[in-house]
Amino acid sequence: MSGYFKELISGTKSLFIGLGITGKYFFEPVVTMQYPMEHVEMTPRFRGHIELIPDEETGEPKCVVCGMCQKGCPSKCISLEGEKREGVKGKVLTKYILNFTTCSLCGQCVESCKFGAIRFSKDYNLAGPRKEDFIFDLIKRLKEKS
Amino acid sequence: MNGLFQQDVNQETFILNLGPQHPATHGVLRVKLEMDGEYIVDAEPVLGYIHRMHEKMGENRTWAQFLPNCGRMDYLSALSYNHGYVAAVERAAGIEVPERAEYLRVITVELNRISSHLLWFGAFVLDLGGFTPLLYAFDDREQILDLLESVTGSRLTYCYFRFGGVYNDIDDSFITGTREFIKRLRKRMPMYDALVTKNIILIKRLKDIGPISKDMARRYGATGPVARGSGIDFDVRKHEPYSVYSEFDFDIPVYEEGDSMARYMVRMDEIEQSMRIIEQALDKLPEGEIQPKKAVKLVKPEKGDYYHAVEAARGSFGVRIVSDGTNSAYRLKLRSPTYSNLSLFGEASRGMLLPDALALMGSLDLVIPEIDR
Amino acid sequence: MPEPFRVILFIIFVMAFAGLNAAYLVWCERKGAGHIQRRIGPKEVGPFGLLQPIADGIKLMTKQLFLPKGADPLLFMAAPLMVMVPAIMSFMVIPFSETFVAREVNIGLLMIFAFASVNVLGLLLGGWGSGNKYAVIAAARCVSQNIAYEIPMLVTTITMVMVTNTMNLNEIVRAQAGWFFHWHIFRLDISLLMPVAFLIFFVCSLAETNRAPFDMAEAESELIAGAYTEYPGMGFGVFFMGEYANIVIGCALSVILFLGGWQSPIPFHPVGFLGVIWGLFWFLTKLYALIFTVIWIRWTYPRTQFYELLNLSWKVLIPISLFNLILTALQIKIFPWL
Repeated sequence: MSGYFKELISGTKSLFIGLGITGKYFFEPVVTMQYPMEHVEMTPRFRGHIELIPDEETGEPKCVVCGMCQKGCPSKCISLEGEKREGVKGKVLTKYILNFTTCSLCGQCVESCKFGAIRFSKDYNLAGPRKEDFIFDLIKRLKEKS
Repeated sequence: MNGLFQQDVNQETFILNLGPQHPATHGVLRVKLEMDGEYIVDAEPVLGYIHRMHEKMGENRTWAQFLPNCGRMDYLSALSYNHGYVAAVERAAGIEVPERAEYLRVITVELNRISSHLLWFGAFVLDLGGFTPLLYAFDDREQILDLLESVTGSRLTYCYFRFGGVYNDIDDSFITGTREFIKRLRKRMPMYDALVTKNIILIKRLKDIGPISKDMARRYGATGPVARGSGIDFDVRKHEPYSVYSEFDFDIPVYEEGDSMARYMVRMDEIEQSMRIIEQALDKLPEGEIQPKKAVKLVKPEKGDYYHAVEAARGSFGVRIVSDGTNSAYRLKLRSPTYSNLSLFGEASRGMLLPDALALMGSLDLVIPEIDR
Repeated sequence: MPEPFRVILFIIFVMAFAGLNAAYLVWCERKGAGHIQRRIGPKEVGPFGLLQPIADGIKLMTKQLFLPKGADPLLFMAAPLMVMVPAIMSFMVIPFSETFVAREVNIGLLMIFAFASVNVLGLLLGGWGSGNKYAVIAAARCVSQNIAYEIPMLVTTITMVMVTNTMNLNEIVRAQAGWFFHWHIFRLDISLLMPVAFLIFFVCSLAETNRAPFDMAEAESELIAGAYTEYPGMGFGVFFMGEYANIVIGCALSVILFLGGWQSPIPFHPVGFLGVIWGLFWFLTKLYALIFTVIWIRWTYPRTQFYELLNLSWKVLIPISLFNLILTALQIKIFPWL
């Protein structure tokens, strides 16, 4: 019988304590960020989709078309082409397509690149209605940026 | 009318399909319930709705290429899975890991464990009908995700560990941020305790509900908080120490009751223990390299059969590697803890009321992509 | 004012009141839940999201109405009305202010309880009629819940009727005139357990309206949406409005029985039109304070189990309310001058 009353009183008390906690939080400031209105700065290490790094002097991509990124990619979402040009050492990048629909942002490509030619971008507002929107032409993206 | 009401008149039970789309299953899990009124006569989990052939993928990808897959199995404690796979390959290929890298692994894995438990806590109370604790837990969890994002570059599927070390080193802002977070969470835990744990409604819903005996847990191979809630004192971190866990002083919470409340308490206590581990690891953190001096270029384990288990947030996660000496696995077997933990649901839920069975299911902490792999 | 006009005016007022309440209580609920959970809640539609209920209403109305396979057409269509109509009918006897009441019925209290039990029938038939297994389970829960809370609620009400000697709601309010300590909840001289009786009544009215923590009939994490699972568009909308109208009724009854209805906390009551406004102000203030508490409770606790509710009812609420009944009777008998 005493257990009954003890439980009754402690139970009721616990309910009021709960109300007190939520009541306290009711008056505290909100912690959420109003996402589309507020822009969030990504951390330096944020792994977005990859982008080409331009050569500081020429503005052309640093890529030498060795194909290591393509080989290293687990999801086979990178395809690139290059050609030999007169007067230029090595190959020149002509096409770098990233199929972002299958990319899992693991970063194997960035790690396997020995020439420091690709990095993660900080773009994250990438929603689009069509699948084709996510087949990125990275050379075009690079030109648009500069 | 047809269907439901025109079954055999003498039939006392009916079949209720819980899922594959149901708020309580947290994913695409289907549980076929044979119900007598609201009592469960028999329950049969039906799996495979999100089977993605991770094991087969492991056979077709190179060792390094499988790394991103680890985070996609259990997306809530991705780092533990990363750790399990990396450690297994390191054992197979005989790669030495610098001490600093091991410490970083422990710190991030334990942070990840706290975030996983916090999310489970919120989702579990949501299963029981309380919405608000979920968002309080998310508030805390966001801090962890911010911390981990600053190191790994990602918020959910971290893919942070590499063979022989970790991908990035931490900086001072991470260390101070982590210490501040621990201080903050220590302050928040009594709030959770008062709002949820001591709440009479929650106690009534969990106490003596869904008992899992020691014997049943053993028979189904349950591990993690489910086993520890049933009185089985087993934690891979303590009993088969890997990485640098043997250097830390922490307890394994074990509850003998075996009911949903015990499993709840185990997880809440584990948050505290994880915080202790992180604090010690931050204190002892050695200077040094985070990758082996001789960088690991090509991983080709010797022919053989290797196994490594880690304690993930949901139990013991084991990776078995059968290597034929090439640059991809001959066979990769992943032992996921929730698969075993779910298996006992059928037996444990027999004769229970539907809401109680769902409380039991919530207390098992299921992550469906990890069950199906 | 001639009688028929008065009645028509009141019908319009009551329906508008019920509809607006349903719409804006949803807004309050979402805003309140938002701030309790430290987020903002609706804010996009109109200033402070004030037009959100209208957007929701338009969304619900534009949805296709269809009959699920295996459903009973009549029951399925009638069930939402059976929840909504009794609630609106109950408003007819609620005294918003001393003279601001559609019909001063002598058995107003009885009428409200009679209509309140139809509400459960609506949920039961809706759940049964939709031919969905989850809905049927919810309907069965509804009935078991009904047994659990009605007894202590009625026993408490009988106590109050015994105290005031009337079932006329306006008379009950008049009996609490004067300072705020004349309100029944503070009348320890009538019964030492008056505050407890108020708590019992309030808890039972939560259960009656299927509100958290007693929302087993809806139980979104167990039964998808319980009895409402199969309802499309406005079918669900009417259920929803009925639910909120019932909350208003439940809280209004608590205010009338225990918190002095339209009486102000000080013994001051202007006459004439000003008096109507004065009473209305106090009634609505108390009413919405209680409704806010209901919302507050919903966003604090987990859901109970129905056998727990039965336990609570039979082991706690019924014994205490019975004890309170006897205690009140004794106190009235022993100290008749009070």
